[in-house]
Amino acid sequence: MVETIGNTAEGNMIINVGPQHPATHGVLHLVITINGETIQKVEPHLGYIHRSIEKMCESLTYRQFIYVTSRMDYLSAHINNHACALCVEKGLQIEVPTRAQYIRVIMDELTRIASHELWWGAMAMDLGAFTPFFHAFRERESINDIMEETCGARLTMNYMVPGGVMQDIHPDFQRKVKAFIQQFKSKFSEYNEMVTGNIIFQNRMKQVGVLSAEDAISYGCSGPAARGSGVSCDIRKIYPYEIYNTLEFEEVLETGGDSFARYMVRLNEMHQSIKIIEQLIDNIPEGDFQAKTKAVLKLPKGEFYQRVETARGELGVYIVSEGGTTPYRIKFRSPGFSNLSVLDHIARGSKLGDLVAMMGTLDLVIPDIDR
Amino acid sequence: MWSLSEIAHTIHEWLNTTFNSTLATLIEMVVAGIAVISLFALLGLVLVIMERKVSAWIQIRLGPNRVGPKGMLQSMADTLKLLVKEGLTPNGADQFLFNLAPFIAMIVAMLLMAPIAFAKDFQLWDLNIGVLYVSAVSSIMVISILMAGWSSNNKYSLMGAMRSGAQIVSYELSAGLSLLSIVVLTGSLQVSEIIQSQSNGWWIFKGHIPAIISFVIFMIAVTAETNRAPFDLAEAESELTAGFHTEYSGMKFALFFLAEYVNVFIVCAIGATVFLGGWMPFHIGSWEGFNHIMDFIPSSIWFFGKTFFLIFMIMWFRWTFPRLRIDQLLNLEWKYLLPISMVNILLMTAIAILGWHF
Repeated sequence: MVETIGNTAEGNMIINVGPQHPATHGVLHLVITINGETIQKVEPHLGYIHRSIEKMCESLTYRQFIYVTSRMDYLSAHINNHACALCVEKGLQIEVPTRAQYIRVIMDELTRIASHELWWGAMAMDLGAFTPFFHAFRERESINDIMEETCGARLTMNYMVPGGVMQDIHPDFQRKVKAFIQQFKSKFSEYNEMVTGNIIFQNRMKQVGVLSAEDAISYGCSGPAARGSGVSCDIRKIYPYEIYNTLEFEEVLETGGDSFARYMVRLNEMHQSIKIIEQLIDNIPEGDFQAKTKAVLKLPKGEFYQRVETARGELGVYIVSEGGTTPYRIKFRSPGFSNLSVLDHIARGSKLGDLVAMMGTLDLVIPDIDR
Repeated sequence: MWSLSEIAHTIHEWLNTTFNSTLATLIEMVVAGIAVISLFALLGLVLVIMERKVSAWIQIRLGPNRVGPKGMLQSMADTLKLLVKEGLTPNGADQFLFNLAPFIAMIVAMLLMAPIAFAKDFQLWDLNIGVLYVSAVSSIMVISILMAGWSSNNKYSLMGAMRSGAQIVSYELSAGLSLLSIVVLTGSLQVSEIIQSQSNGWWIFKGHIPAIISFVIFMIAVTAETNRAPFDLAEAESELTAGFHTEYSGMKFALFFLAEYVNVFIVCAIGATVFLGGWMPFHIGSWEGFNHIMDFIPSSIWFFGKTFFLIFMIMWFRWTFPRLRIDQLLNLEWKYLLPISMVNILLMTAIAILGWHF
């Protein structure tokens, strides 16, 4: 157990950022050794929001356990559910109807945009600009409305079932999604005017928290945090699931490795998500929204692994089945945990204000780290 | 015509005829003190609701709209809440300094009210070094912040206070130099004379480009001096939770809060006085007719109009820009603003000597 109060032997100050701190956006506890304003060491302490989700899943059936994962990375709840549903489908070898696949992918991308919107606002707030938060929430609200109509919930949608989605889309769904695309496109220039182009913002972001491609790989970073360093790791491209291999979109890569590169990756990813939705929204095929499955699902004995690309990176679901109605063991590979581990490496030697910016660009969601 | 100076004059006459001159002066001092305190409280209420409404307008939301008509009494309700709230003093804190710091902040803000001309001939103390007095007294503010940060026995507070110390001491230079460049033109530090010299046009228009440059530098420097975003490193709520006043609560916190807003008012009033003519109406050279029409608008409205315009600008900064980092903040001052101000004041001196200004 490290010292969390007082000073170190070298005379450096120890500061506790969290578990309650405005910049951690959750109950993350960072023990920072600091010399004046310069950071010497960052030590994350976890466990404040550990709910034993993996253990809980072992006592839930294959239909039920999906919905617990909404509470991991609550900002991409839908994508978490998707990963679990895919893993179960893999085990049972269920053929998912095309309509359901289309709906799932559209929902995934909407969730990704909503998550990036919230990240954008919260990160600007970490840097001291309050206004972008409200502008981001204006767009996010439209997505939440769409979700509410179709799924019945706004944040933890619980829309996935093994074999498809829980119910068909709302008749208004397509119209509203198109309206949202219009809204997003017309408002996006405001984002660049307000934040991206701002000279103070750029000075805070560029050459700050530089993560090299080698380090990104060795720390196991994924998602925009790794793609900002030029590491190609988009699961949708490398291990395509659902209909992603038939879609036209680019994997956004930046080579800077600094906070600004990670920022630009997320901004451009929103555009790619819009591009994906545009390809699908008019072509949702007719048919079932759910495959016919047995009432009680039993995975065959064995091990099953499925990975998906959430808004934060690679989420892996690993199920060990003994052939019963509940999983024998479940393990989640969450993107936030690996991305957090890189924080100490990139924060050393920078200023305290930059630490907040780095945490912002790594886009940490604490319940995802702790589970 | 009804004006503030006439009311003041009537009171002065009445007191002098009713009491002997010593007693009258004493009563006047008490009245002036009470007037300053009331203005202080009123400004706090008005500026807080103004800030919330301005931020709401910038952030596409409504802002407070429940207490009173259009939420205008919200800050009253907040004050009431702060008044009845317990003012905690942490165990490890230095009791004396901890409790003294907010009062110093407020006293400094009150002292700064003295040389401000609120309307024509309506001024508490027209001392002959008015501008110097303002620069000198406003730098005492840093002591209260350092005191609060040091005595709180909290690392966040300490860091906030140290940041604030470095920041205020640095930006004082630019603020002072930009005021000096106008003093060079007027040849006087006295507030009333600076205003009088603008009777044929405000200095921002008369002083060519150097005056505009010094106005811009002044606005940047005073935003930093009053610890307002984008220079709010002393508070920096996302980094230091609340900076130097993390440990303060209740009325002691409210005094810091109030002092911040009154300081904003004062620096804007100084800016309006020096660059925008204070209570002086908008006059253009020798256009007698136009100048005469402008004179019909009361001088207090001119003064408060200009001041609140500048306050609006400072609020606009706050709700638009992200925060700077501490090294960038000091770089901005020592590498950019200070050299520019120095060159600017030389230019201004040349203009004043050659008589190029209008």
